[in-house]
Amino acid sequence: MLSFAARNALKPNVCRAFAASARQVRGIQTASLPPLPYAYDALEPHISGEIMKLHHQKHHQTYVNGLNAAEEAYSKTTSVKEQIALQAAIKFNGGGHINHSLFWKNLAPANEDGGKLVDGPLKQAIERDFGSVEALKKQFNATTAAIQGSGWGWLGFNSGNKKLEVVTTSNQDPLISHVPIIGVDIWEHAFYLQYKNVKPDYLNAIWNVINFKEAEKRLVEASK
Amino acid sequence: MSNTLPPLPYAYNALEPYINEQIMTLHHTKHHQTYVNALNAAEAAYAKASTPKERIALQAALKFNGGGHINHSLFWKNLAPSAAANKGTGGVLKDGPLKSAIEQVWGSLDALKKEFNTATLGIQGSGWGWLGYNTQTKRLEIATTPNQDPLLSLVPIIGVDIWEHAFYLQYLNVKPDYLNAIWNVINFEEAEARLVEASGNSKL
Repeated sequence: MLSFAARNALKPNVCRAFAASARQVRGIQTASLPPLPYAYDALEPHISGEIMKLHHQKHHQTYVNGLNAAEEAYSKTTSVKEQIALQAAIKFNGGGHINHSLFWKNLAPANEDGGKLVDGPLKQAIERDFGSVEALKKQFNATTAAIQGSGWGWLGFNSGNKKLEVVTTSNQDPLISHVPIIGVDIWEHAFYLQYKNVKPDYLNAIWNVINFKEAEKRLVEASK
Repeated sequence: MSNTLPPLPYAYNALEPYINEQIMTLHHTKHHQTYVNALNAAEAAYAKASTPKERIALQAALKFNGGGHINHSLFWKNLAPSAAANKGTGGVLKDGPLKSAIEQVWGSLDALKKEFNTATLGIQGSGWGWLGYNTQTKRLEIATTPNQDPLLSLVPIIGVDIWEHAFYLQYLNVKPDYLNAIWNVINFEEAEARLVEASGNSKL
């Protein structure tokens, strides 16, 4: 039995030990590739099965692996300089994992209501902020096609002014300024095998498989 | 005076089997042509701009499309049909100033290829891998540029496009296979000519 004084003297060390092991427990949690919510060919003819398979099993998997490796290295760092040196790998691979995880869910096969926007809060918000769904698609596609390099087009909810806005992010940067409602991958691997250099055809086609039900869920959650 | 698409110095299928005809055709007639067209439009708009603010607003279009035109123009010329496929001199590095300069920094061509490929694979997004000449240190260096940024800090000696459109139809997601293959069609003669011009000297 320790004296009161001895117990108090030990406390900071015990706290640090608990904190260190808690950090280790957090660092051990690894990212994993989420399963696709539909078959690889389910989005045809708008996005080919070949693209979906490579995109999910190769590209997204690589981001997951890269993220786990970067976070493992980060958990072992002993200086802020080392942490900063790892930021790019965490941002790129973490962003890739976040973005693609959102992407698979905001796509849906035609027979699961992909492309169908029913009356409700999302349709209302789109009509309020863009005039019509067609006007949204036009602005979204023009903005996304204009990205100079690799990146993502987003319909995002601006929690400040409570409006839906079209925004873009470069490379695998996650969307931070807005709540992601719909994301569209415009990296060439997302469409090239099927659409080649004709980005506008891909961007027109993908609206047939946008999961507006999922998008509406995200908007309702963000609006709370 | 407007920019034009430079002709490819060889047939669209000439770099096979390392870069296929479909890629070369799309890459030259669609992607590069689009940069040329958009550069001309941006330059026309820039000529009409009457305030610094308007000119600054046009900088991104000039940099992206101008860079795309510069980079691809250099690219076509630093590729050549391969000796390995008995089609030309691509992939062969003869004794001379370039070989010496490479060995001076990396010890061997293989060592250069390894480091170049690693650096180019490390690009997070679209971009270019470069072998460049540093006019200050008078040495070759490896560099990368993002998106269509042209290489400014070094004199371009060899450029490799790592945008997905440059390889995806043939190599899919397997970038290392593309980067290993392309060395068979690198035009070392053109690279050497650039080095000799940059160093102002045939002996380094």
